[in-house]
Amino acid sequence: MSARNRELFALIPVALLLIGGFAAVFIARSDQIGDLSLIYGAYFFALCLAAHAFLRFRLPYADPYLFPLCALLAAFGLVMIYRIDDGFALNQASVFVLGLIAFCGTILLLRDYSVLERYRYLIALGGIVLLMAPRLPGIGAQANGAYLGLSIGPINFQPSELAKIAIVIFLASYLAERRELLSVAARRFVGLTIPPLKHFGPLLLVWGAAMVLLVFTRDLGSSIMFFGAFLAMLYVATNRFSYVLIGLGMFLLGSYLLGSSIEHVQERFDIWMDPFAPKSPEGAGQVQQSLFAQADGGLFGTGLGDSLLKLPGPFFPESCQTGFPECGSILPAPHTDFIYAVIVSELGLFGACGVILCYALIAARGFKTAIMVPDGFSKLLAAGLTTVFVLQAFVIIGGVTKVIPLTGVTLPFISFGGSSVIANMVLVALLLQISDRARRPRAGSSPVTGTEEGLAL
Amino acid sequence: MNVPIARLYTFLLILFAILVYFTSKWAVFDAESLEDKVQNRRPLIEEQQVPRGTITTSDGVLVAESHPQGGGPRPVYVRTYPEDDPTVFGNPIGYSFVEQGRTGIEQSENDILAGEQNEFASILDQIRDVPQVGGDLTITLDAQAQRLAVQQLQSAIASTAGAAGFGGSVVAIEPDTGAVRVAASVPGFDPNQIADATSVADIKGLFFRATQGTYQPGSTMKVVTAAAALDSGEFTPDSMLSGRTGIEIGGVRLENAGGETFGEIDFDFALTHSVNTYFAQVGEQLGTETMFEYMDRFGFNAIPELDFPSDQMDESGVYDSDGSLLDESDAIDIGRVAIGQERLLVTPLQMAEVVAAIGNDGTLMQPTFLQEAKDPDGRTIEKLDPDEQSDVVSEETASQLTEMMTHVTEEGTAAGLTVGGIAFAGKTGTAEIDVEAGLNRPWFIGFAPAADPQIAVAVMLERCQGCFGGEVAGPIATQVMESLLSG
Repeated sequence: MSARNRELFALIPVALLLIGGFAAVFIARSDQIGDLSLIYGAYFFALCLAAHAFLRFRLPYADPYLFPLCALLAAFGLVMIYRIDDGFALNQASVFVLGLIAFCGTILLLRDYSVLERYRYLIALGGIVLLMAPRLPGIGAQANGAYLGLSIGPINFQPSELAKIAIVIFLASYLAERRELLSVAARRFVGLTIPPLKHFGPLLLVWGAAMVLLVFTRDLGSSIMFFGAFLAMLYVATNRFSYVLIGLGMFLLGSYLLGSSIEHVQERFDIWMDPFAPKSPEGAGQVQQSLFAQADGGLFGTGLGDSLLKLPGPFFPESCQTGFPECGSILPAPHTDFIYAVIVSELGLFGACGVILCYALIAARGFKTAIMVPDGFSKLLAAGLTTVFVLQAFVIIGGVTKVIPLTGVTLPFISFGGSSVIANMVLVALLLQISDRARRPRAGSSPVTGTEEGLAL
Repeated sequence: MNVPIARLYTFLLILFAILVYFTSKWAVFDAESLEDKVQNRRPLIEEQQVPRGTITTSDGVLVAESHPQGGGPRPVYVRTYPEDDPTVFGNPIGYSFVEQGRTGIEQSENDILAGEQNEFASILDQIRDVPQVGGDLTITLDAQAQRLAVQQLQSAIASTAGAAGFGGSVVAIEPDTGAVRVAASVPGFDPNQIADATSVADIKGLFFRATQGTYQPGSTMKVVTAAAALDSGEFTPDSMLSGRTGIEIGGVRLENAGGETFGEIDFDFALTHSVNTYFAQVGEQLGTETMFEYMDRFGFNAIPELDFPSDQMDESGVYDSDGSLLDESDAIDIGRVAIGQERLLVTPLQMAEVVAAIGNDGTLMQPTFLQEAKDPDGRTIEKLDPDEQSDVVSEETASQLTEMMTHVTEEGTAAGLTVGGIAFAGKTGTAEIDVEAGLNRPWFIGFAPAADPQIAVAVMLERCQGCFGGEVAGPIATQVMESLLSG
């Protein structure tokens, strides 16, 4: 079966999930009459089919499972957001249209992604500007103590979502060029291979950038994501674990020193240590509510639409101006940061494991692409993009489940939010382009060569 | 570069495994302790969304119901106690409010009232999308008799010297079923006022004298002693002993009430006239072991088996000064225990159980408040199913003792009391609290009719001055019995 036919079949679960999910939410709220839900589902599935047709035409050899997996997550997210608030679901559905435009646009405009190598410094600059922009007076917006968003007129945009792609592109091309130099033999010290001092330069530079990012935007989540992706790519490029250890040590030291001086970061850390401490900061309530919501879920969850989310009757705060779910929800930010807690609450441990499995499968497809593609830049780019995507899921799920301090990043493809969907669509478009190159049959060889030994799938 | 890529993938899989581990920790393994956290309002809110079942007395008086508040598709329900005088039922019914918690029958029958189901049934309901609804409860209490008991206690307290400011209690049990028909405690409380109380501890009248109050039983204990004496075979109603006042018991002279003295008298006479010295000698002859054996059979030295929150019930028995129960191996003046003195303390419920057992041919039925429970569809899910608690004495002993107790009401300390003209069994008690001030604690226990006991009752007033059980507690008991027999 051709890759594209496999892709088409892999979209069947997406359709089933849409029908089942919307039907479940619809039944759970039988007090509201309307067939809106099925229209959402059909509309979304039509978009998936359109994208599939586009891929059939433009990238016939691309990985057949990447797109259906992402569509599955997106469909799942749409069902969850519809469950939380149907108005938000409509909004999210329109964002997917924009996302698909960005997806197709990336593939159409970037016929050969190798050109990105040429503009790497420009891209890096763009990335840094995007990251720092929320700190700019006039357009920057602070949320929960961190500077994450841009507010230009009616449009709210989180530039860090796009910046992550820019920075991965830059690092991939930089490391692809320098990897020979970076991996030359070095001194050994206490069992660790220490790279030559002069090559510490870029390491220090990126470390510095991550620290500056932390200080300026107070955004620990993005810092972890960027620096983590950087270390992963450095490791892939050099195969030297010592770099990772040194980098990790520097990051921990840096964030400890800086974190203790930034109240917002320090608070997050204290809450993470013990959210039930008697004098825990105000934000501890969020983490507590997240854990309580998960405790309600058990193995199978309460069922879609059946968990306690909107405060009932007299519990609903009278001062609530913006309306649910921004306020009046027992779990804060149920549609963005804490959507994973809603998933655990309503679909239980099994539903949550399904979501995590989806991310693991996307990672598998991404890394498989990285292994199959022949050239260094493509390998690093595929590995970097996959890592940054997967790390983002880890950072937010880890925050919600108290594995790491809570930081406000979105759950890719599931959380409500335009910038996140658009940026991740672009990311997947790039991955598909790389995989199309990796799997394109070359003269005299079969499309899938024996380069898969590294991964057991 | 392929090897590090594969390793990187493995590393990320480990990270995901950690996420799965933590998710299962919160969702499954630690879920229960999270649900118990004080910061967790979910159980409280969810609980309020369940329309709680009603509580009705056996004679059809609605004593507890829930009202929706706030409207909307998922309103919350608030408990109200609609009786004209809710204080009459406050102690046995208790209360149920989100902030203040639960007590009484509201607590002990919560699973029925809240519609809690087993895991399987609730999963089925979840699939069928049936919301949780509470079941309705009918309790064994008789509203009319309960009201009468409270009224009688109140007027006795108001009209008896030395009783003002103190309380009293009435417990009535159906001997052959264990159904508790009256459980009155004065002063009581209005459960409605708990809803707005900032501190529940400040509410007066929460103390449920019927099950939580422990008092010296006085001569009512002689029924237990007589049961032990007859059933052990060591005594018959004709056994002769000296009724002289001033006999040494436990090394100390014991006087009869009012210093009255008797010659050689039989057992029947001794009970009829409540002769202390006779009974103390019986107690000493039986010994601590036999006395405790029979006390245990009547339910002493254990939390009553009533379907009521165990933290709102107390044991009856011989208490040490530190508040712990003594057992037969401790040094106890058993002759004085036999006449209701020493450090013996009992609850009104326990004394009602004593007479109920005698009235039921010597078999104690497990006391219960539950008459019937129906699920929201009207199907009976639980019904009063009389259960034997213990075989206390033989049928023969019971009938001998019944006859002796009938003599008490005909010609003895309770002479002059009537229950609709029928023969009934009884025993008075007048525990001395303060001999010099003349402060007593009057009791009456009994059952009627003597021939075919339908109702057993215990009445206790906490304090009165220069009064006797027969004259203060007795009339309350007979009126409650009359009311229950006619109803």
